[in-house]
Amino acid sequence: MAKRIDVKDLNIYYGKFHAVDGVTLSVPPRSVTAFIGPSGCGKSTVLRSLNRMHEVIPGARVEGDVLLDGQNIYASAVDPVQVRRTIGMVFQRPNPFPTMSIRDNVVAGLKLAGVRNKSQLDEVAERALRGANLWNEVKDRLNRPGGGLSGGQQQRLCIARAIAVRPDVLLMDEPCSALDPISTLAIEDLITELKKDYTIVIVTHNMQQAARVSDQTAFFNLAGVGQPGRLVEIDDTEKIFSNPTQKATEDYISGRFG
Amino acid sequence: MTTATLDVNQPATPPAFQHLSTGRRVKNGIATALVWLAFLVAVIPLVWVLVSVLARGAHMVANADWWQQSLGGLLGDDVGGGVYHAIYGSLVQSLMCAVIAVPIGLLVAIYLVEYGRGRLAKATTFMVDILSGVPSIVAALFIYAMWITTLGFNRSGFAVSLALVLLMLPVVVRSSEDMLRLVPDELREASYALGIPKWKTIVKIVIPTALSGILTGIMLALARVMGETAPVLVLVGYSGYINYDLFSGEMASLPLLMNSERVSNPSPIGTDRIWGAALTLVIIIALFNLAATLLSRLVAPKKK
Repeated sequence: MAKRIDVKDLNIYYGKFHAVDGVTLSVPPRSVTAFIGPSGCGKSTVLRSLNRMHEVIPGARVEGDVLLDGQNIYASAVDPVQVRRTIGMVFQRPNPFPTMSIRDNVVAGLKLAGVRNKSQLDEVAERALRGANLWNEVKDRLNRPGGGLSGGQQQRLCIARAIAVRPDVLLMDEPCSALDPISTLAIEDLITELKKDYTIVIVTHNMQQAARVSDQTAFFNLAGVGQPGRLVEIDDTEKIFSNPTQKATEDYISGRFG
Repeated sequence: MTTATLDVNQPATPPAFQHLSTGRRVKNGIATALVWLAFLVAVIPLVWVLVSVLARGAHMVANADWWQQSLGGLLGDDVGGGVYHAIYGSLVQSLMCAVIAVPIGLLVAIYLVEYGRGRLAKATTFMVDILSGVPSIVAALFIYAMWITTLGFNRSGFAVSLALVLLMLPVVVRSSEDMLRLVPDELREASYALGIPKWKTIVKIVIPTALSGILTGIMLALARVMGETAPVLVLVGYSGYINYDLFSGEMASLPLLMNSERVSNPSPIGTDRIWGAALTLVIIIALFNLAATLLSRLVAPKKK
C-alpha cells in the first residue's frame, strides 16, 4: 500500500515566476514528513506538485522528477488523474461537496469512478469514517448534508473521503489551520494512526504540530521577496528541532527569524 | 453648591462623543427621502399595471371556458370562447425555444468558465454581449431572412421559436456563467484530488452545486421570451382556431392574439379579450417565476 516518494531536482514555475528552486528529498513509506517554513517559501507548492495538483493552475509547470516507488509521475505517458487517485490530498479549508450527504461525500471518489454496488459503498463509507475517527459522531445521520457538520468534523469528513479511495500517499496542506485546538488534536491523533497504512506529507505553520506528529521535517525558506523558495534542510524531526545543521533553520525554529 | 462641585469634577477637555450635528441630520433626511422617492417611482407603474390588468381582465379569466376553448368560429362581437389556442401556442413556442437554447447556452457557459482561455473565450463573451443587445425585431427579421427567404420554409410557430432562441441564448449563457463562477475552486480541487477526471468533476460536482441558480436563470429567461411580440408578428400568422402543429400553419399566441384583436376588432368584446389575454400572460409568467423559486429551493444545497 504505502509507497515511498523521491523528489529529484524539482523546479516549479508559475508562468515566468520561478517559485521553487531545485528541491531534492525522499519520503519513506509509512512515515510522516512535515514541511515547515515561512509564508511564500513554496512548501504548499512542492506539496501540490507531488500529486500533480499544481498544474491545475493555468500557466503552472514543473521541471524535474517525482518518483513514486521508482516511477516518475511526470513521465509523458502518465495520466494525472491516476496519479491523484494514488496520491490523495486534504486541503487547508474543509471542502465537503455541498450537494452530497455525509455518506455520499465519503464514497464520492469511488462512486464517480463507477462503483455502483451499494453494500460495497456502505462498507467503504463505514471503514473510511471509522478510519477518520468520525463514525461514532455521524453514524446516525449518514444521509444528512455534509455541510451541517462542524469545521473539525468536516475536515475529518474530508480525510475520510480521501482515504476511501485507498491512496498510497496522503498529502495534507495545513489541515488544522482552520480548526480549534480540540479538533486539531483529533486530527493529529488521526495522522499518527494513519501512519501505519499511509505515507503522509503534511504542510504546517505550527511548529509544535510538526514536532508532535512528524518523523522527519523539511525546512523551506526563501532568500527574499520575488526569489524562489528552496529546501534548506530535511532531517529527522528530533534532530531538526534540537540540533539543526543550518543556522537559518535554528533561527526559524527558535523564533529569531524575521 | 452641587453644580460647583460638578464643575470641579468635570474634565477640562470636551467629552469624546457628541450628539449628531445638524448638517449630518439634514443630509441623512435628504438621502432617506431620495431613496424612498426612487422606490415609489419604481413601484407605482408596476402596481398600476397590475391593478388595471386585474381590474379589467379578471372577469374574462374567471370563466372556465376562457382556459378550455379557442376563439374559432366566433365573430368579433360574439361573447364567449377562450384563449386556449393562444396559451398552447405561447407555451409550445417558448418550450421549443428552451429545448434549443438551454443546452447550447449551458454548454457555452461551461466552456467559458471551465475551459475558455485566451482569444476564443474573449470573442465568445463579446458575441454574447452583442447578442444580448439585439432588439427582438432584429432577431425576428434575421430569422425571416434566413429561415423563410433563404432556406424557403413557410412561416410557422417553429420560426418564432428560432427567433426566441436568439433572445434567450445570451440570457441563459450569462446567468449560467455567473452561477458556475460562484462554485468555489476548492470543490473542483477536492474532486481532482480524488482522481476524478475534469469532465466528471464538471458534470457531477460543479453543475449540481450551481444547479439551483442555473434553473432560476432559465425559468426567468423563459418567462421573458414568452411575452415577446415582434417575433410572433413577423414570423407566424394569427388564427382563432387551435393549431397543434408547431411546424406549419398559423398559430396563435397571447401577444399575437392581443395585437390581432386590437387591429381587427373594434368592438368592446375585443377590448375585453385583450385585457383577459394580458392578465393570462401575467398569470402564466408569475407561475413560471413561482415554479423557478420552488424548483431552485428543491435542488439547492442543504445545510441540515
